[in-house]
Amino acid sequence: MSFPWAKNYEPQQPLMKWLDEKLPLPRLVYNAVGAGYPVPRNLNYFWNFGVLAGAALAIQIITGIVLAMHYAANAGVAFDSVEHIMRDVNAGWFIRYAHMNGASMFFIVVYLHIFRGLYYGSYKAPREMVWLLGVVIFLLMMATAFMGYVLPWGQMSFWGAQVITGFFSAIPVVGEPIRVWLLGGFAPDDAALNRFFSLHYLLPFVIAGVVILHIWALHIPGSSNPTGIEVKDEQDTVPFHPYYTAKDGFGLGVFLLLFVALTFFSPNLLGHADNYIPANPLSTPAHIVPEWYFWPFYAILRAFTFNFLWIDAKLWGVIAMFASIALLFFLPWLDSSPVKSSTYRPLYRKFFWVLVVDVLILGYCGKSPAEQPYVIMSQLAAAYYFAHFLIILPIVSRIERPAPMPNSITEAVLAKHADKSSASATA
Amino acid sequence: MRRVLRAQTGRPGIRANLSVQPCKGNRMASETNLNAGIEDGVRRRDFINIAAVSFAGVGAAAVVLPLVNQMNPSADVLALSSTEIDISAIQSGQAIKTSWRKQPVFVRNLTPVEIAEANKVPLGDLRDPQTLAERTKTGKENWLITLGVCTHLGCVPLGAAEGEPRGDFGGYFCPCHGSHYDTAARIRKGPAPKNLTVPPYDFTSDTVVTIG
Repeated sequence: MSFPWAKNYEPQQPLMKWLDEKLPLPRLVYNAVGAGYPVPRNLNYFWNFGVLAGAALAIQIITGIVLAMHYAANAGVAFDSVEHIMRDVNAGWFIRYAHMNGASMFFIVVYLHIFRGLYYGSYKAPREMVWLLGVVIFLLMMATAFMGYVLPWGQMSFWGAQVITGFFSAIPVVGEPIRVWLLGGFAPDDAALNRFFSLHYLLPFVIAGVVILHIWALHIPGSSNPTGIEVKDEQDTVPFHPYYTAKDGFGLGVFLLLFVALTFFSPNLLGHADNYIPANPLSTPAHIVPEWYFWPFYAILRAFTFNFLWIDAKLWGVIAMFASIALLFFLPWLDSSPVKSSTYRPLYRKFFWVLVVDVLILGYCGKSPAEQPYVIMSQLAAAYYFAHFLIILPIVSRIERPAPMPNSITEAVLAKHADKSSASATA
Repeated sequence: MRRVLRAQTGRPGIRANLSVQPCKGNRMASETNLNAGIEDGVRRRDFINIAAVSFAGVGAAAVVLPLVNQMNPSADVLALSSTEIDISAIQSGQAIKTSWRKQPVFVRNLTPVEIAEANKVPLGDLRDPQTLAERTKTGKENWLITLGVCTHLGCVPLGAAEGEPRGDFGGYFCPCHGSHYDTAARIRKGPAPKNLTVPPYDFTSDTVVTIG
């Protein structure tokens, strides 16, 4: 679906006409990311991050396929095969570092993409399905990243696998059998490593599939925009190509510069030195932490140090951690305000920034050791995280008085422009 | 299901609320069958359809079994299920770390002070109430054999090797998420729900223990 004024695909060359009749693939591309997709004219750079996440996924798939050609998923040789990639394989060091830091870059752009959605209310009707599919992608990314981190079979790999599969042992009665079933043994070993490799190879393609659904669902109502006002007529939009292909292209250039800077100058900045020690099932590293993108959730997991009601601390921690993500599935219905963009939501805007700080605090606690004051900090921050979504958001959306809104995207753009020109005139 | 049964027995029953619209081509060919079916409100084809799909469904469900079961520990993994340990060299107050089913095992020779300390604790104070006697073999109360796997999320607690921190209660301390175990390896503080697991074991002689 698209707006009635969307440009129509009209192939000129005989070959393209022939192709359009047999398999209208160019038409699909034209209508999805070409001139046939009208997009609000006022998108800012925060709307780059979807494309950047797509680019990051492509980089991960390409580098990953290459790495799989040199890697051996066997507990006896996995660590050595990674060292073989680093030292012996031509350009292997580059491909592995790109894959390793590519995961971090992927999460950086996805987190910005998610917070963009939170700030501008992109999760609201009519785009709930886009948001729900996005949360599914996020969950798949977390599973893929975790299993990928296990493959080098270093100390952090091994103990990460042990701790994360340990989550399942928190389930009453059937927990331990489930954990053994997932690992194919009583501790992480060959069986676990092999199945993680298999799934780590599979899941990115599942992600790519859900990304297609995510874009499909987006293209039904069309893209949101910084004012949160829906498109009313043709003057509110510009064709995706060339306007946003150019804008996204520029953003992609900046993204790749940061990516290669990280990969070439500081490839191990975001990693842990302990993962260059081969896995040792008899010794846990003194301070185990997950990769940075899991820190906030790890802090929520560890926030429960006491039994509460009839559920023990361990199960509470696991429930809270999964709930912190599952909560996002309900977000479109927790926030009942009809106003989308924080630009016109003075009260929500404040709480949005408090949430950002809260998540950063959780992240900081997640990387710190399990001792005071970090335990109490993560308890307070975790409590606030849930309060934001379950208490603050529903209340704010009821009592808030939104700022006056323009009638259309074009009016908002022209008003902004008029402000600027009058300011420069008086200066 | 009821409709199917009636079709099988051919017993005329209450006309089911089913609108049957035979397509024109078939009407001539199978008029008798079709008319019989319409009287019952059921056609033979419905029965065959349900039977075929059900059978295929049962088959598909049966195939799931091996696909799920292949994930369980394989025979070679299960074959590592028993280990012998020589404990003759462990002095009082010392502990060793060994491995059973690829999991670490702590074997500790408790000092009389540690035994007294463990027995001093009232059971009501414990999260997972167990006496030291219940966690050891009769007559061998000084031999505390547990898995070295924190019951929280499975890290190896510290305290078995010389010089490692032993936590607030003088037993083991898990650095991952801060669980403290006492001298009988019972959970006292932190997120772990249970005491360190005592694996199944037997003294085959005074100095040899078989785990598993």
